[in-house]
Amino acid sequence: MKNRREFLKGTGAVLLGSQSAFALAGSLSSASADQDASSAKSKVVIARDLALHGQGSEPNEQRVINLLDHAMTTYTGRDPKDAWKHVIAMGLAQDKVIGLKVNGLGSKGIATHTALIMAVAERLQLAGVKAGNILVWDQNAHFLEACGMTVNTDPGKIRCYSSEVAGFEEQESSWGVARIRITKILTRECATIINLPILKDHSMAGVTFALKNMYGVVDRPFTLHADNCNPAVADLNAIPVFREKIRLTIGDAMSSVYDGGPGFHPERLWYPNALIVGEDRVAVDQTAWGILERKRAEVGMPTLEAAGRPPRYIATAADASHRLGTNDPKRINLVEV
Amino acid sequence: MHYSIWKRSIVAVAMAALVLGLGCNKTQQDPFPVSGAITGWQKTDATRVFAAKDLWQYIDGDAEHFIQAGVVSTSTSDYTYNGNLEAVIDVHTMSGPDGARKILETGLTRDAKTIQLGDEGLQYAQSVSFRKGRYVVRVVAYEATPDARQALMALAHGVEARL
Repeated sequence: MKNRREFLKGTGAVLLGSQSAFALAGSLSSASADQDASSAKSKVVIARDLALHGQGSEPNEQRVINLLDHAMTTYTGRDPKDAWKHVIAMGLAQDKVIGLKVNGLGSKGIATHTALIMAVAERLQLAGVKAGNILVWDQNAHFLEACGMTVNTDPGKIRCYSSEVAGFEEQESSWGVARIRITKILTRECATIINLPILKDHSMAGVTFALKNMYGVVDRPFTLHADNCNPAVADLNAIPVFREKIRLTIGDAMSSVYDGGPGFHPERLWYPNALIVGEDRVAVDQTAWGILERKRAEVGMPTLEAAGRPPRYIATAADASHRLGTNDPKRINLVEV
Repeated sequence: MHYSIWKRSIVAVAMAALVLGLGCNKTQQDPFPVSGAITGWQKTDATRVFAAKDLWQYIDGDAEHFIQAGVVSTSTSDYTYNGNLEAVIDVHTMSGPDGARKILETGLTRDAKTIQLGDEGLQYAQSVSFRKGRYVVRVVAYEATPDARQALMALAHGVEARL
């Protein structure tokens, strides 16, 4: 059985050392498919439904499914079922486990929404993925519970468990300042990961979204907090297994906290009512940062720079030594629907 | 031989005193109202306690802020009000009142209403925070309901009375 690297070698793919694994295996994005590598822009879709929440604090489940379909259709240029089949194929995940990395650190008040997790799981199943090949995971059981999920290891159903259950690799992985052990969920169990972070202000990193969500994958995330998490966030994501397996980000910006994060502060909660989709996590984070700054300005708060926590790790992730994506707005094809 | 027994006895008494002391401390400092103690409120899970070095497991990203202010431990438990409104109580035990003051001030925003609770209290639509001695407490509802403000105040008073 070929491993992923051997497979890519076999297909004649060239390791450019830049961006995500999609640079190797092609892109889901409709816009970049016919562009050459030098002129290609990273596509990011922001799909909004201003009526998503209605009167309550929880989004309407059917509207979340519709919003997800709208976002995926816009992103891929395909109908929803075909889009998801493409996600599976691009992740080389036929008959393999697909991980959904959620984020429940902020407690029930500001965690990846259950409705989004279940919508993604449903669409994967419609595209032919067996329920047991879908694994919803996060750092620990309490974080999963915050996302409305119950631990389940029955392979006949959608599985859900944390790194506490799976354990961590014995051997440390390192890149730059990041020296950590990685959960076996990422290294061994999942063929590909769909990243489902939730947009939040972060007391140290400034913004937590696509790249920062990977702190929930390692054994000692607190060792990665120095200097506003820069360059630690970028370094962590540069570790090969992250580059190779974190395929698609479907960012939950249905609700968010614009200050006081990453914990839940209801007095700073707002409802962007959006999903942010992209393969280039740097471009996704750059876009999300802009959304957060606009909200802070709207309520009269200082910029994250002025607050002493600019998310510099985003630029670091885009630099020549990391090459995880682009933070240059001119190279981001932002589509808002 | 006699010296050894005497020495062991001293050590045993000291250990017992330490254990009893810690035990008494813990009993005195359990701030979480039991189910039904505050009208409408049910305690829905076991209290979780995080020492400062383990606080990242609960609030990674915020933990450093508490550690810098001298947190000793954080205890947390979930509650429901009348079976629908969910809330959480966090009790941070600091090394002293200054740390508690620092934490409370950090959370202050313009829409906070000052209330009489503990040494200093703040109220928002969906949360109540206060400090008392070396404790700083935050009671947060996950939803905004018409009765949330009043219910949270009652629960916060219940905690304050136990500190």
